[in-house]
Amino acid sequence: MALQPVTSNNSASHPKPHTVQSIPVVLNGRTLEANRRIPLNLDWVEGVRVNTSAVERRAATHLARRTVKKETQAAWLLRAIACMDLTTLSGDDSADRVRRLCAKARNPLQRHIVEGLGIEDLHLTVGAVCVYHAFVETAVKALEGSGIPVAAVSAGFPAGLSPLAERVEEIHRSVEAGAQEIDIVITRAHVFNGEWQALYDEVAAFKQAAGTAHMKAILGTGDLMTLRNVARASWVAMMAGADFIKTSTGKESINATLPVSLVMVRCIRDYAERSGSAVGFKPAGGIRTAKQATDWLAMMKDELGRPWLEPSLFRFGASGMLGDIERQLEHHLTGRYSATYRHPIA
Amino acid sequence: MSIAEKFYTMEYGAAPEDPKEAVQWLDRHHRRFDEFIGGAWVQPASGEYQTTSDPSTGETLAEVAKGNTADVEAAVFAARKALPAWQALSCHERARYLYALARQVQKHSRRLAVLETMDNGKPIRESRDIDIPLVARHFYHHAGWAQLLESEFPNYQACGVVGQIIPWNFPLLMFAWKVAPALAAGNTVVIKPAKYTPLTALAFAELAMEVGLPPGVLNVLTCDAKTGQALIEHPGIDKVAFTGSTEVGRTIRLATANSTKKLSLELGGKSPFVVFDDADLDSAVEGLVDAIWFNQGQVCCAGSRLLVQERVAETLYTKVRARMESLRVGPPLDKAIDIGAIVSPVQLESIRKMVDAGVAEGARCWQPSNPLPEKGCFFPPTLLTDVHPAATVVQEEIFGPVLVAMTFRTPAEAAELANNTIYGLAASIWSENINVALDLASQVKAGVVWVNCTNQFDAACGFGGYRESGYGREGGREGMLEYLTPEWLHTLPAAPEKAARPSAPEIDAPEETTSPLITSNIDRTVKQYIGGKQARPDSGYSFPVYGRDGELLGEAPLGNRKDVRNAVEAARNASGWAKTSAHNRAQVLYFLAENMIQRRDEIAHRLSRAVGPHPRNDQSEIQAGVEVDLSIERIFTYAAWADKYEGFVHHPPGRNITIAMPEAVGAIGILAPSEAPLLGLLSLVLSAIAVGNTVVAVPSDRYPLIIGDLYQLLDTSDVPAGVVNLVAGRPAELAKTLAEHDGIEAIWCFRSNEEADAVRAASIGNMKQVWTNDGHEYDWFNPAQAEGRWFLQHATQVKNIWVPYGE
Repeated sequence: MALQPVTSNNSASHPKPHTVQSIPVVLNGRTLEANRRIPLNLDWVEGVRVNTSAVERRAATHLARRTVKKETQAAWLLRAIACMDLTTLSGDDSADRVRRLCAKARNPLQRHIVEGLGIEDLHLTVGAVCVYHAFVETAVKALEGSGIPVAAVSAGFPAGLSPLAERVEEIHRSVEAGAQEIDIVITRAHVFNGEWQALYDEVAAFKQAAGTAHMKAILGTGDLMTLRNVARASWVAMMAGADFIKTSTGKESINATLPVSLVMVRCIRDYAERSGSAVGFKPAGGIRTAKQATDWLAMMKDELGRPWLEPSLFRFGASGMLGDIERQLEHHLTGRYSATYRHPIA
Repeated sequence: MSIAEKFYTMEYGAAPEDPKEAVQWLDRHHRRFDEFIGGAWVQPASGEYQTTSDPSTGETLAEVAKGNTADVEAAVFAARKALPAWQALSCHERARYLYALARQVQKHSRRLAVLETMDNGKPIRESRDIDIPLVARHFYHHAGWAQLLESEFPNYQACGVVGQIIPWNFPLLMFAWKVAPALAAGNTVVIKPAKYTPLTALAFAELAMEVGLPPGVLNVLTCDAKTGQALIEHPGIDKVAFTGSTEVGRTIRLATANSTKKLSLELGGKSPFVVFDDADLDSAVEGLVDAIWFNQGQVCCAGSRLLVQERVAETLYTKVRARMESLRVGPPLDKAIDIGAIVSPVQLESIRKMVDAGVAEGARCWQPSNPLPEKGCFFPPTLLTDVHPAATVVQEEIFGPVLVAMTFRTPAEAAELANNTIYGLAASIWSENINVALDLASQVKAGVVWVNCTNQFDAACGFGGYRESGYGREGGREGMLEYLTPEWLHTLPAAPEKAARPSAPEIDAPEETTSPLITSNIDRTVKQYIGGKQARPDSGYSFPVYGRDGELLGEAPLGNRKDVRNAVEAARNASGWAKTSAHNRAQVLYFLAENMIQRRDEIAHRLSRAVGPHPRNDQSEIQAGVEVDLSIERIFTYAAWADKYEGFVHHPPGRNITIAMPEAVGAIGILAPSEAPLLGLLSLVLSAIAVGNTVVAVPSDRYPLIIGDLYQLLDTSDVPAGVVNLVAGRPAELAKTLAEHDGIEAIWCFRSNEEADAVRAASIGNMKQVWTNDGHEYDWFNPAQAEGRWFLQHATQVKNIWVPYGE
């Protein structure tokens, strides 16, 4: 599949705004299609083999084996912004708070940084703004004309334990309200009990409800606890048609970790090889620093390749990370370490 | 490229480590290094220097002294001179020095890492995250052993002056593995770093000066291999420790054959990396990266032979090839490089030739498309498939980033293929089923086994090989023992220089025996005991055995090489003895003692005509009776030990256990001492079989008729056929056949120095372990010296099995 830009505000200048650049999705020489639901194959679920210690070792060497410096580092941090779902999911969210977030989403970097880096033509924005259903309309309005999609957490987020019909209905309402992306949560108990058909049916139902909206399936990896559970849930969600698999709600005690991400990314790779379909990945929760951003990008690049550095296949779920990235970019320009208060908050 | 363009390409840019500090250090030394002898920098006697260079650029880094034999003399002299004062220090005082060295390494870790990478070509990530931290850890750990030396190793003493030769693949880490235990045990050291990579050893010498290590305790010689040989041959060296190729190990064995120098060798390998169909394949692929694409594959324990279960072979190969595409080969000082430079053009050429030879023999060669740097010594990661056990690239160590891959069908075949090698250093086993993994771990002939991991090292865990990968262990308690000897050993009287005159002089002239054989002796036919059967000697000859007063006691079979061959065959076929439960082995031994008690008087009676009064105790006491009684006790001792000689569980950092398991060495050849024909023979045989070895023992020529008594006991005591084989004849002649036999894994010679020297020289073929009386005559009548752990240590080799856990 050729990556379709999320929006199409064309520009003749070079380089093109980041959102319209498209690259083919190829893995090990094979061009992949967008994911769609396929029949549940229990062999793939039961055939999962994950060695926790080995995964942890590999995750640790991911950090040690790769680093980016200077201009490359700056470029990679910009990439992290482009792949960021700028998020607010708090009990005290309000319309104004969401509007403030949207303003930052439109202009993630201060003008002098954009000019200093010479990236005016990129028209860099974040990948999406992620809010509760209640603020979808507010966000859509605030982002009008920016091309930035609104993502809504849905389906009984974060616990996912309200009646199925209500969860499906919630997705319908969010889509109607203008959400182009839907982040659903799965019923974790289905995983604990090995109810793969139920899990598959649930995710498939959500996907159907989401229609053309991009659907990210949150596995609640902090709740699932074991890496094998994470892998099994990943397989079922992908077969049920999820466009993305996502680690966490941000509400679990353990959020996105590199070992968990590595397991999910390996599942995406195997799934692509077996099905010919590309599924995206979204680590969320606990990713706060610019260093973490480049760590995850390097992992995506090494494990899946360049196509998974596009917002169509990779997103960070983050709220605080943007500020740290902005500080690092300023440091890149000035050579001085910046302070948080010098940058507009989201 | 602009930032906006980089935003699209998303390539890794350069991420160079700044070498400034290391370069300044080289400049401070004016890029010329003398040798470190007696606590000072000493110019080489030759006045000559050789260069060392950066293999990634070819650029010369520094000139280093070219030592010669005069420097060897000076260094050994300095080490000997420093020895008494170093040994006079308290354990605590030595511990303080080792601790200070650990701290000093840590304080200067980055400079050492950069220097290592410049001199060796390994990626800075590895020298920074693996080599140097392990160096510091090794000194910390051994500071602890220094502190605990007296309490944990009572009745042991240091070997003395240790000569050490280390390779270029992990220059400072191997330096630490050698120096830390040697110093902790109270030895002084002369060490020769590899010609290609001398710099970090010299930097360490400077750190030793900074912490005030007493002069002469550590001496660093930079010289060529020939001068290195002079070091190990030097009579002032008491112990030799070597890490390097099996080929060089063999020349060291030969060079030290005429000495009682204690030896530990850590040699080459062709270690299997076994992947079962239920393994986490993605993790196994990363394991391979750590196994064969670590340090450019220049690792003695590299998992260089991939054995994968047929069912998942193609899947795994596909994953491996994909992974190889993302390996970055390039300047080793770049922090985001996976594979650095090969150490030298010579090594690069050797790798290239091996790969070409493999392809010529039919291997399919796969290399990723990633470009190599244009200059410098680089070789791409390489996968060779369509290879078979008969291929050169499967049998021989390549010592480069080259993996050979084969398939297996069943766990039994995996074990067979894994062990189908002359080497036995390490093995890596991947399966999500702990039963499957541990079952193979127990079968594989290797000193280190990594379950679901690979190339894990820690100072607390023993490292070392089986078979032609050498012997001795480095790390942990087992590693400390390599630098210690029992105190009592040095108090024993000297062994005879020459072999005793053979009592079987001229076989082709038996008619010269004029005195008629005593009737009571002639009707007692003594044969060889092979495979549980009494066997006539292949030669068809017998030889007369005379008593202490010259009387003819009888005739013993005259064994020859074919008897030895048959006996070794029988011993190898009885290898199931090692798998018999320890409880069962104990039962068999107790039963043996029981039966000996029954026959005590007749055995003593016959023996008394051969052996004189007790040599050490009350002259009136008859040795024969004492020998038999002590033999019975000794059997009890080893029956007791059979189920009590246990291993350890090491605790390296991280979530895993490392099981240090003593295993039987295999088939052991034993040349029994003359001084106590029964007790000496049994002391050796029993310690061997108690822990599961099988033996081919040659009784002393003083009284070989003892085998007639022994096989009757063995036959009636349920000792399985082939566990003990007894071959009488001329010991020196049989010793040669045994020593040369590749089916014998260890040989013990407790006879004259001349015979011990011959055994050492003849046993280098398969690098079998040699244990001798080290020029002493053991007191077989003293249980404190003639039985127990010292013997069991030699009867076993330690296998360290790493088992990480976690869900």
